[in-house]
Amino acid sequence: MTAPARPAIDDWANDFDHTHPDYAAAAPEIWNELREECPVAHTERFGGAWLPVRHADVAAIAHDTEHFTSKAVIVSDFRGFIDAPVGYAPPITSDPPFHQEARRLLLPAFSPKAVAALEPYTREFCAGLMNDLLANNPSELDAATDYAQHIPVQVIAHMLGVPPEEGDRFRVFIHRILEAPGQTGPIAEEDTLSFYLWHLIEQRRVDPKDDLISYLLTTEIEGKPLTAEHIVGTCALLLLAGIDTTWSAIGASIWHLATHPADRQRLHDNPELLPFAVEEFLRAYAPVTMARLVSEPVEVGGCPMKVDDWVLLSFPAANRDPEAFDRADEVIIDREQNRHLAFGLGIHRCIGSNLARMELTVALEEWLRRVGEFEVADDTGVRWSTGQVRGPRELPIRILSMSGTDSSQTPMESK
Amino acid sequence: MKIQFEREKCQGHNRCYMLAGELFDVDDEGYAILRDAGTVPEELERKAQLAADNCPEFAITLVTD
Repeated sequence: MTAPARPAIDDWANDFDHTHPDYAAAAPEIWNELREECPVAHTERFGGAWLPVRHADVAAIAHDTEHFTSKAVIVSDFRGFIDAPVGYAPPITSDPPFHQEARRLLLPAFSPKAVAALEPYTREFCAGLMNDLLANNPSELDAATDYAQHIPVQVIAHMLGVPPEEGDRFRVFIHRILEAPGQTGPIAEEDTLSFYLWHLIEQRRVDPKDDLISYLLTTEIEGKPLTAEHIVGTCALLLLAGIDTTWSAIGASIWHLATHPADRQRLHDNPELLPFAVEEFLRAYAPVTMARLVSEPVEVGGCPMKVDDWVLLSFPAANRDPEAFDRADEVIIDREQNRHLAFGLGIHRCIGSNLARMELTVALEEWLRRVGEFEVADDTGVRWSTGQVRGPRELPIRILSMSGTDSSQTPMESK
Repeated sequence: MKIQFEREKCQGHNRCYMLAGELFDVDDEGYAILRDAGTVPEELERKAQLAADNCPEFAITLVTD
């Protein structure tokens, strides 16, 4: 079903709407224009919101927990949030001093060393997925819905401790939340994600395993063990924050390689460039824009912000600011100076950044190991998401050749 | 060459550890730890430069004698 066309936005500086399809289609161009004429855009929509697009302004706000609260991070018409410092989904919606305590619990599970242990599982899954996708020698596949989308769900389910045989059921919960919120009709309580997580937590309490839920059951906050409610909330946050974001990053990177054959060839020829390319894709196609609410009146870039105004923290716009990045609008896959903000800045730096990086790296390696030349099959079939997480939701890819490094499995030979 | 690392600016992005593991370690929470008091052997100068140039929080500076 196609929604009726929405009226075009005439004035992005004074009446922006980041949920509009035109923003999804051409956000980088809009940021560039705003940076020239009005680097802090405003709108009366959503009860009043600001959109700074300069790196310096975004960085200053991300570091300023005095004037901005994180109690809400997704812009909406609604303002009645659970107050900081705890918020409804700690630690992302928490402010200091509680924030640090809630975050510290989770940090060890997402450290680079902890994430490295998840790499073999991720690689095996990506390789298996590619095998299945290429089994019937398709000439086309959708890199967003057939490939990228599945990787973060699988990895986070594994990390939480969802048994493999329950993976399908788990994916149904995720699908309902991310893609069809409120569209699936009434659901029996025992068939909801929170009921499922509750049940899993009780199992792990009796029979702990080497997974995140078992680990959370051993931790304490303010001297007390975590309640099941807290653990369910934390798991829900990790699912919501970790899935469409990483899906977007993988999809956008594959879209770039499909539309820039020279970069694709360079990565095939020089795989050691991949760590730099991954950071450059994260810079140029940063999926996530966070939000803050103004908690104390403050001026940013000459604009007076009042209490309860929203402020969009557009890390993607900051990442394309020529004041902060040389040749900011070009994707340079071996860029060596790259202080990008794809994972934010300050105390709310994305806690899953190491996990996301690992998934993106492995997903691209396994894709490139199998697929040689490829292109976008149909430009009009590429659909970028609207709102605060930006990435291709549909990405039809035509496979032109299989990768030379894995010729034993090319569909050409099996024909 | 010597590395100056401002721990209070570090937010655990781990770029330095990933790019220059010989010069930086990480603690259990993922915050950077400077190795060898920041002394950079000549063969690691490029890695030190990469660590400094990719820290989103500007927590790393290099001092050349």
